[in-house]
Amino acid sequence: MTPSGSRPRSFESLRRVPVIGRVMDWGMGPSAASERTRRAEARIAGMKVTESVCPFCAVGCGQLVYTRAGELVDIEGNPRSPINQGTLCPKGASSRQLVQQPGRLTKVKYRRPGGSDWEELELERAMDMIAERMIAAREDGWQDTDRHGWRVDRTLGLAHLGGATLDNEENYLIKKLFTAMGAIQIENQARI
Amino acid sequence: MSTGSAHTEIAIHRSGAQRMGFFTDTTVCIGCKACEVACKQWNDLPADGSVPGKGASYDYTGDLSASTWRHVRFVELLEPSPQLREEAQRALESGGGNKFPAIPASGAIDLVDAAQAGDGAADVAEAVSKMGDWVFMSDVCKHCTNAGCLDACPTGALIRTEHQTVVLQPDVCNGCGYCVPACPFGVVDRDPQDGRAGKCTLCYDRLEDGLEPACAKSCPTDSIQFGPHEELVEIASRRVARLHERGIEGAYLYGAGDEPDEQLAGGLGAFFLLTEPPELYGLPAQADSPVQENVVPATLAAVGAGLLASAGAVIAFVAAGRLSRRRPVRESW
Amino acid sequence: MAEAHPVGFRWVMKAKERGARVIHIDPRYSRTSQLADTYVAIRAGTDVAFLGGIIRHVLETESYFRDYVIQYTNASTIINEQFRDTEELDGLFSGFNPDTGLYDRSSWMYEGGEVASAAGVREHSTESFNERTGAGMMMGNVERDETLQHPRCVFQILRRHFSRYTPEMVERICGVSREDFMAVADALITNSGRERTGMFCYANGWTQHVEAVQMIRTAAILQLLLGNVGRPGGGIMALRGHASIQGSTDVPTLYDLLPGYLSMPRAREGHLTLEDYIDTGGADRGWWSFFDTYIISPLKAWFGDAATKQSDYGFAHIPKLTGNHSHYATMLRALDGGVDGFFVMGQNPAVGSAHSGLQRRALAKMKWLVVRDMAEIETATFWRNSPEVQSGELRPEEIQTEVFLMPAASHIEKEGTFTNTQRLVQFRDKALDPPGDARSELWFMHHLAKRVKAHYAGSDRDRDWPIVNLKWGYPEHGEMREPDVEAVLKEINGYEVASGRPLSSFTELRSDGTTACGCWIYSGIYEAGVNQARRRRPGDIAAEGGTVSPEWAWAWPANRRILYNRASADPQGKPWSERKRYVWWDEEQGRWTGYDVPDFPADKRPDYRPEPDARAMDAIGGADPFMMMADGRAWLYTPSGLLDGPLPTFYEPVESPVKNLLYPKVGTDPATIRWKRPENPLHATGDPRYPVVATTFRLTEHHTAGGMSRSVPWLVELQPEMFAEIDPQLAADRGIENGGWMTIVTERAEIEARAKVTDRLRPLRVEGCVVHQLGLPWHWGYSGLSRGDTTNDLGVLTADPNVSIQETKSFTCDVRAGRRHRASTARLAGAALRGHDVEPSEDDPLAENPKEASE
Repeated sequence: MTPSGSRPRSFESLRRVPVIGRVMDWGMGPSAASERTRRAEARIAGMKVTESVCPFCAVGCGQLVYTRAGELVDIEGNPRSPINQGTLCPKGASSRQLVQQPGRLTKVKYRRPGGSDWEELELERAMDMIAERMIAAREDGWQDTDRHGWRVDRTLGLAHLGGATLDNEENYLIKKLFTAMGAIQIENQARI
Repeated sequence: MSTGSAHTEIAIHRSGAQRMGFFTDTTVCIGCKACEVACKQWNDLPADGSVPGKGASYDYTGDLSASTWRHVRFVELLEPSPQLREEAQRALESGGGNKFPAIPASGAIDLVDAAQAGDGAADVAEAVSKMGDWVFMSDVCKHCTNAGCLDACPTGALIRTEHQTVVLQPDVCNGCGYCVPACPFGVVDRDPQDGRAGKCTLCYDRLEDGLEPACAKSCPTDSIQFGPHEELVEIASRRVARLHERGIEGAYLYGAGDEPDEQLAGGLGAFFLLTEPPELYGLPAQADSPVQENVVPATLAAVGAGLLASAGAVIAFVAAGRLSRRRPVRESW
Repeated sequence: MAEAHPVGFRWVMKAKERGARVIHIDPRYSRTSQLADTYVAIRAGTDVAFLGGIIRHVLETESYFRDYVIQYTNASTIINEQFRDTEELDGLFSGFNPDTGLYDRSSWMYEGGEVASAAGVREHSTESFNERTGAGMMMGNVERDETLQHPRCVFQILRRHFSRYTPEMVERICGVSREDFMAVADALITNSGRERTGMFCYANGWTQHVEAVQMIRTAAILQLLLGNVGRPGGGIMALRGHASIQGSTDVPTLYDLLPGYLSMPRAREGHLTLEDYIDTGGADRGWWSFFDTYIISPLKAWFGDAATKQSDYGFAHIPKLTGNHSHYATMLRALDGGVDGFFVMGQNPAVGSAHSGLQRRALAKMKWLVVRDMAEIETATFWRNSPEVQSGELRPEEIQTEVFLMPAASHIEKEGTFTNTQRLVQFRDKALDPPGDARSELWFMHHLAKRVKAHYAGSDRDRDWPIVNLKWGYPEHGEMREPDVEAVLKEINGYEVASGRPLSSFTELRSDGTTACGCWIYSGIYEAGVNQARRRRPGDIAAEGGTVSPEWAWAWPANRRILYNRASADPQGKPWSERKRYVWWDEEQGRWTGYDVPDFPADKRPDYRPEPDARAMDAIGGADPFMMMADGRAWLYTPSGLLDGPLPTFYEPVESPVKNLLYPKVGTDPATIRWKRPENPLHATGDPRYPVVATTFRLTEHHTAGGMSRSVPWLVELQPEMFAEIDPQLAADRGIENGGWMTIVTERAEIEARAKVTDRLRPLRVEGCVVHQLGLPWHWGYSGLSRGDTTNDLGVLTADPNVSIQETKSFTCDVRAGRRHRASTARLAGAALRGHDVEPSEDDPLAENPKEASE
């Protein structure tokens, strides 16, 4: 049921003659593979591959991340993962574009009180400013005791809401630092 | 000149190469569109916008195009028609299920014609029983044995590879567009930017490194299977038999397993397991000649599919249902 | 499941091919319904009635798995004679205080048992695992009747409690026909017992209700009656919606939890000592007898050398709760000007939180806001283009909120662990550096902590003690000075303080300060100094028991894949059936063995019986699989832990078009949290202005509030616009055309959407009327590549009393044809500003707005 084989070799070589060969191709079906086609290969061949996990839902599909010289080339399912066996859903399959999304933020944006637009801010400067404000908010909202006089040792000046795509290690540091600062309004998507 | 039965020549030879293809089993497709995205991701195809005005459907892709090489079609058997339901309710009144609240009577019943033309109430009853159906199908280039596009291509941009797949070489294509109408399935399209044609390559580049095509790899439920064509046909035939055993008698293969002289386009490298008449999926019932003698234009197929989106189209649906009941298995197609 | 967890559904499809029957119950017909063998349309929010009906059917037809029920559940336990059921009190349990809206739960106790008194502590929701499983419960001498005949045994109470949940009642409440109901009940019964198991999967269709916990409890009761817990192919599977949402509760960033589901301390009269905390949080029998080691070890991990017996391990410096400080309570405080600053990391409350118009108004009241994300999400731009700004209600020049939008690293630009929906902790390697100034949250917290510590260095103020003494020595590496994630993981795992040796398990934890451990349930993840979450040996999953894949990553606790798996064997330790063998007693080796890590003391013989005065784990018998519970039994009836009842009871959603047929005098859950405020208007039951039930849902092609999908062109083109699914009859009635615009209206907001007129939603006949349901995806907002109205603008703030989750899966609304005429939230313009000369509540807004005051 498969198609028949090739034409005679001599015919094949005739096709390589300029003009004639091209004319022969016109409308006649047989045609030649271009240089590009002949060199075709999976562009990830031989590339660095990193094992990761999909960042969307909680199924936990394994991903293979192909990179070349610090550039992301491809993300696909990890066939060895017993969870997804190489498959991905549309969101997982779009992960490369999530990373390379057109509006991807790479600089701190700052909006001053009453401001009508973003300003750019150096990262270290932003970190200093945030730390200052956080400390001030802690002090501002500090309570040794509540209105009954019961010890609470806390601040209500600051709050946190985390998404559920944060790593466990990140959540651990969030809870650890904020609790040490006395903040209790530490929440997560898991509540929502 | 080529004829209806001629096989186009293989442009690339590799020892041990065999025909590779896709078997797309619509009965396990969940309509997730992973294949669409995985294809775009691998082939670096841009998001090319959405087709608006699809009503209740989740299908905003519309059709295959130069930058969309997989398309999950949502066959909307759930399209609303209160009149249909009311009529059906009456037809089914002996059933007594009465799961829907009574719908206010309406003078115009758009199914009268359909009901009168056929077996009457029974057809409507079946139509209603099928209203629980919402069929998904991932469409793709069929990689025909007799590929109209390849025959029409004047530049040699379209070639048949060692896997007997039909590949369009963008570095050769001059954008003449002859291939576009030559495809009986409406698969090939030209890029509105550079004018060159584009379509599924069955991931020719991945195959060269022994990787399976991106769509098949991503498919969460293995609705898209990739492999040696011969093996796939065997797998698919067994699958049809199993479905028949389970009472899904309408299951049939589209584009494979037919008698040689009845093969669609000489047989499809990418074939499908369907449960509804092909027109419902926007597929032509016939596509058997590379010289386009006998082709149902893709546009017509599209019109057919579009019709189904309107209430009146339920007539077509009921009619098609009859057709499929009379000739339930693949031989008809 | 096919819709929101497509790859998870891969395995459902494989099971289906092998003959499994798939049933989908949902208000709307989704892609999942299409692939299911049976689809049942149900009225949103009536699941307790539906499942309660099945429980009744199982009891009445004696279809329960008798051996399992008698041996492994508390069916035979006798309950306190003070207890009164909802059947006796018109929908209330004994102990309800109408003034506070809270229950005194002492009458719910086992006969002979008692709950440790926590005098002076105000009851409020908590998710802590120990409290849910009977911490603080003193068992005393519990009485049982294994004939299940005693009128006060749990079994008989259960039977009476659900006696009116008949198929007819289910039909009248849920809109599910008797035929469909019986088909589901029969399928469940057929697929349970020794030879077969059945499984429940749920997602936010159960959790986003004010009766969320009780809905899941109802399924748990049913699964226990059918013997489907702790067995392969059984259980209740929470299909969680985010990559590490499970991890976010395990290693929690939740106000009421310390790591490992320990409760945050609550303020009380006098000095709260560590001993007090342990007394009320531990238990004298069962697993929680180790509670002291679980709390002292994290204190040791946090405060290092300063955490000594003399300093009470620094416990006094842990901030204390005085009420509800959950997300919604906090945002209401913020609205009143009570919160200075807010960190939002990878989250988008301006779109994703209920009553999002109120959320955005609260953001405008803060002094500063830090948003960390990959894209310019709505929460970061509320001051510029929110509906409130568009309407002129808020003016950018008047919004004093300082906003820092920090670029975040993606999942491949940092390493760390996600915990998936099966508690499987998987480590991701890092593929690339993040671009520009994008950084991980690990980096952010680390460098913030260093600054804070530097600021307070040398302070001798009491309140600064925990910062000064906070142990923070994570090594940094690379140009970006990224902290070492494995150092953090090792701390979470725990180590021996003297040697630094990583612990192999929480069984090594000590209460004398010699061990440190950040999160006891994760102990073992760094066993032998090896990152167990990075293991990637799938094994042969085709082999018998091979799907357990024990060497693929690591599951908490102790790499167990199925919890309570001792229950997969009979009381004698033999598998209930060969088909369903999983974990069993090996007499020759004198150990429990099997495909999974046994969830039981490895050498505890099945015939071990505790002495009456046995304590701690010695009190757990060899045939008591549920060792987290003080009585070793699974609880059909919950004597402690839940605030709204020991048994699930059907209550109507807070907003409902119909009255409660079973308990007309009570209607909705009396313990529900309602924040009664002018800007949070609630629709009364049966309000004719809002006759339509709305339920929210997710699409395959988008993710949550859109922050990770509306910025991705390949996804946006697949679902480019906000829409609403509406049934043809309602659409015809309102003149709404398929594909045309429609507007959805509540007291909170009105939003517009493209109408999808479809049979995927079907009107249901519910007692005396037809209920129309509307399906609303909630992915859209005013930023991103695809913009649209925000479904959560419509919602009201109410919450489950146990976990403070909102009811977005069922609320009432109305619909009309055409587009909205004004900004979506304009109808509440000014409401948020009116009447707020009140001081921001210092603890619990609920307490500041007592129900009786406004009812």
